Amino acid sequence: MSTPLLRAIDLCKEYRLPRGQTLRALDNVSLEVMPGEVLGLVGESGCGKSTLGRCLLRLTDLSSGAIIFDGQEISSLGERAMRPLRRQIQMVFQDSYASLNPRRRIGDLIAEPLRVHPDENGQKRSRAAIDARLAELMELVSLPASALARYPHEFSGGQRQRINIARALALSPQLVVADEPVSALDVSVQAQIVNLFTDLRERLGLTYVFIAHDLAVVRQISTRVAVMYLGAIVELGETDAVLHKPAHPYTAALIAAVPEPVIRHGTSLTLLRGDIPSPISPPSGCRFHTRCPKAEARCSAEAPELRPLQNDHAAACHFPLMDSL
Amino acid sequence: MRAEAPLLEVHDLSVSFRSRGRYIPIVEKVSFSVGSREILGIVGESGSGKSVTAMAIMGLIDAPDVKITGSARFRGQELVGLPQKAFRHLRGRDIAMIFQDPMTAFTPVYTIGWQIDEQIRAHEALSKTGARARTVQLLGDMGVPDPERTANRYPHQLSGGLRQRAMIAMALSCNPVMLIADEPTTALDVTVQAQILDLLRNLRHNYGSSVLLITHDMGVVAETCDNVMVLYSGRVAERGPGEAIFAQPAHPYTAALLDSIPPLTGPRPARLPSIAGSPPAPLERPSGCAFAPRCHYAHESCVMLPPLISYGSQDVACVLPVEGRPLPPRVVADVA
Amino acid sequence: MIAALFRRLGQTLFVLFGISVLVFLVFFATPGADPTSRIAGKNASPETMARVRHEYGFDRPLPVQYATMMKKLFITRDLASYVDRGELVVPEIVQAAPVTLSLATGGAVIWVVMSVVMGTTAAAFRGTLIDRGLMILGLIGISIPVFWLGQVANLITQARYHDTWLFSWVPGLGYIPFSESPLGWFRALIIPWIVLAVLFIGIYGRVLRADLIAVSGEDFMRTARAKGLSPARVLLVHGLRTSMITFVSLFGLDFAQLIGGGALLTEVVFGLQGVGRLTYQALSNLDLPLIMASVMYSAVFVVLANAVVDMVYVFLDPRVRDAR
Repeated sequence: MSTPLLRAIDLCKEYRLPRGQTLRALDNVSLEVMPGEVLGLVGESGCGKSTLGRCLLRLTDLSSGAIIFDGQEISSLGERAMRPLRRQIQMVFQDSYASLNPRRRIGDLIAEPLRVHPDENGQKRSRAAIDARLAELMELVSLPASALARYPHEFSGGQRQRINIARALALSPQLVVADEPVSALDVSVQAQIVNLFTDLRERLGLTYVFIAHDLAVVRQISTRVAVMYLGAIVELGETDAVLHKPAHPYTAALIAAVPEPVIRHGTSLTLLRGDIPSPISPPSGCRFHTRCPKAEARCSAEAPELRPLQNDHAAACHFPLMDSL
Repeated sequence: MRAEAPLLEVHDLSVSFRSRGRYIPIVEKVSFSVGSREILGIVGESGSGKSVTAMAIMGLIDAPDVKITGSARFRGQELVGLPQKAFRHLRGRDIAMIFQDPMTAFTPVYTIGWQIDEQIRAHEALSKTGARARTVQLLGDMGVPDPERTANRYPHQLSGGLRQRAMIAMALSCNPVMLIADEPTTALDVTVQAQILDLLRNLRHNYGSSVLLITHDMGVVAETCDNVMVLYSGRVAERGPGEAIFAQPAHPYTAALLDSIPPLTGPRPARLPSIAGSPPAPLERPSGCAFAPRCHYAHESCVMLPPLISYGSQDVACVLPVEGRPLPPRVVADVA
Repeated sequence: MIAALFRRLGQTLFVLFGISVLVFLVFFATPGADPTSRIAGKNASPETMARVRHEYGFDRPLPVQYATMMKKLFITRDLASYVDRGELVVPEIVQAAPVTLSLATGGAVIWVVMSVVMGTTAAAFRGTLIDRGLMILGLIGISIPVFWLGQVANLITQARYHDTWLFSWVPGLGYIPFSESPLGWFRALIIPWIVLAVLFIGIYGRVLRADLIAVSGEDFMRTARAKGLSPARVLLVHGLRTSMITFVSLFGLDFAQLIGGGALLTEVVFGLQGVGRLTYQALSNLDLPLIMASVMYSAVFVVLANAVVDMVYVFLDPRVRDAR
């Protein structure tokens, strides 16, 4: 087994709110990302998946915990020490338009990281080198070279997301954290971008942390999946294992709630009771017990640990759905 | 099939906006009907004109630069060209509407209960206490816990799911015969979406209402609707019973749209079948079939605008069935 | 709620303290300028200088000087103007305040009512001639200088047409206290009120119209229409209430600065002995004690007005209520 490219150990993130309350956005989250794999992070709003993404990128400071990237502890690095690592870890966000300065040409936007960061030999890049790299990037994301001279508003949502991807890839990063990169796109365009992510990984040997609320998209792109609920990982494992034989009742409910474009007779969607509780005052014990169909007395008293069940498949549940294993 | 006349019958509805001296067609000659207690899904991507169609039917587009032509008969009454004053008595009472984002769809400065009371009292001579009693009853029916207290809360104090339940309660407050739901679950989480869809599905039994469900999500349509109309670039691509369309889409756009949704079960394709390019802007809409530039099956005859023809139980705006080479049935992994 | 109120009060006091320190430092601790000679006036005798220096503690450290000044201002209230030969400053302000308060309050009532009517009407008839006409009227109101309008009003009501039935009720220039004759108070002030309000009606009417139009594109306005409410109800109940935020913030600032002496021109034109005029006199004579007192006085009102505006927000928007 190779060593993980990224390790997150016991990450906690708390936000202080007025009136002395605290919001625990991340609660002891640990995970590993192997080189070349795609780790999908799924969950509903407030589950902490975006916070986790931002913490991994060091866009948000942790309350406690450690992040080890490529053998180096990065959670305590200052902004200056972090800079050379920034080129190794890049990001793509949901809102393709807000991520692009509307008053600058695409060529300038993509070239910016190339101008700021020196090349592999520590030299400032020449104009010609930058232009050559720009042409290469446009080819990678299947945009015409003429796009470089145009402005963001001249492009459709899908094309803008390609531009964002090109910018993220400019410095040849090892890891790309993508936060809901396709959820604002129409279905027909979404498929193009999902395919682009897959192609780029194969061509460039990239590693992704892919954050999305859409289970089907995550299943399509990920090799492993982490399911989050109220700030904690409740299930983690190979994509097929987690999505076809879910061990945590929440994962099962999440899968069952997805409406599929197929007419089903007699069966209707399995309904979970109630809403997602507020992360400001999460339930005691297992955070899912208030909505869980299998909850017992123990669940409200004792918080389950994320423990391995089979191979790499782990779930945080006192009563995992064993029959499916 | 139906003995009675449909509740809503839309015929050749077109909506154009004026820009720089000329009219740009957003919706072109859309026709459909909604029967009593029927759920019709209007599906399309952004810019397909699905929301504009609904707004036109509701008379909510009354800008001077907009031209609405065609006909929309609701219980025999013509809605196109109906004066706003007459519309007012229809809206909220006979046809109600719910919107995508329940956060912004409620006025932030009044309580939920106040806003529902307001709608009831706008249409019925009811005392404040009488209206509130019905509001609380409705909120309870919609599965809102502790409806009396929730009625006194402000929109921002509720979760998205509760807000959407309150929105539906408000829409149902005057027992409308038709509910237009514009992307009612798009802003919600999946587990909450499932609850809301369940609620919508049961409206016809509990309230006898028809639903016009506007969405971009084929899954939502499959779970909820009896009949489906697929819009592409402001025109009807295909319409018919959901069962038929999901089993064998007749329009290449419908087929491609269904294919491009990543499956949740069955084998994972290495690549998703995707539709190249993006839908045309209204100004750049081809005079022929609007989907032709992105279509695998495009050929010479596609430069002419294909008429909507009947094919089995479906109506489809494509030349393929006429030319004797309809699309094959859809292959779907077994959902066991 | 009570706790929030107290916190607010504490903040207000703190701000006032800061302002008083700042003003004190600017006027009394400017290097190279001896405040003693300023306070004592030009050509003061050495005895007077010595007396002033001792009285204000200018021979002692700055904090003591500040404390002395504050004591004279707020506790013993015997701070005296040296320019005006020992006239006590605090009573002077106490005398001028009701005049300005009457002027600003009456003007504010007129401008709030009129601008709400104007802005709402313009928004309701958006794009029509009525809208355009009202907006041009507003622009004219903004452009007319107050002193000119005041003079014209005086010319008409005091001179040219004073003897006709139309304006014979207008009393001569000056202030009539409310306690003396409420009707006289009203008659003396109604024309200054209108003159003062014209500018603000123009500004507020235009701001409100713009806000109403912005809010009309909001989802909840569409919901309100979809509920089958009348256009008037949609505009007034759902639109106006939610678009009052800018209006209220502007109002707080403008009203406070008027009470703090900003209505100077109106006061001068109509012969009203208000705070504006007092401050003006103090500044032109460099009457330091009076300047100190009047600045403190206006600061109190600006800070108070801000506190009131915050309270009104809480009333207007429940989201603000929960955010505290």
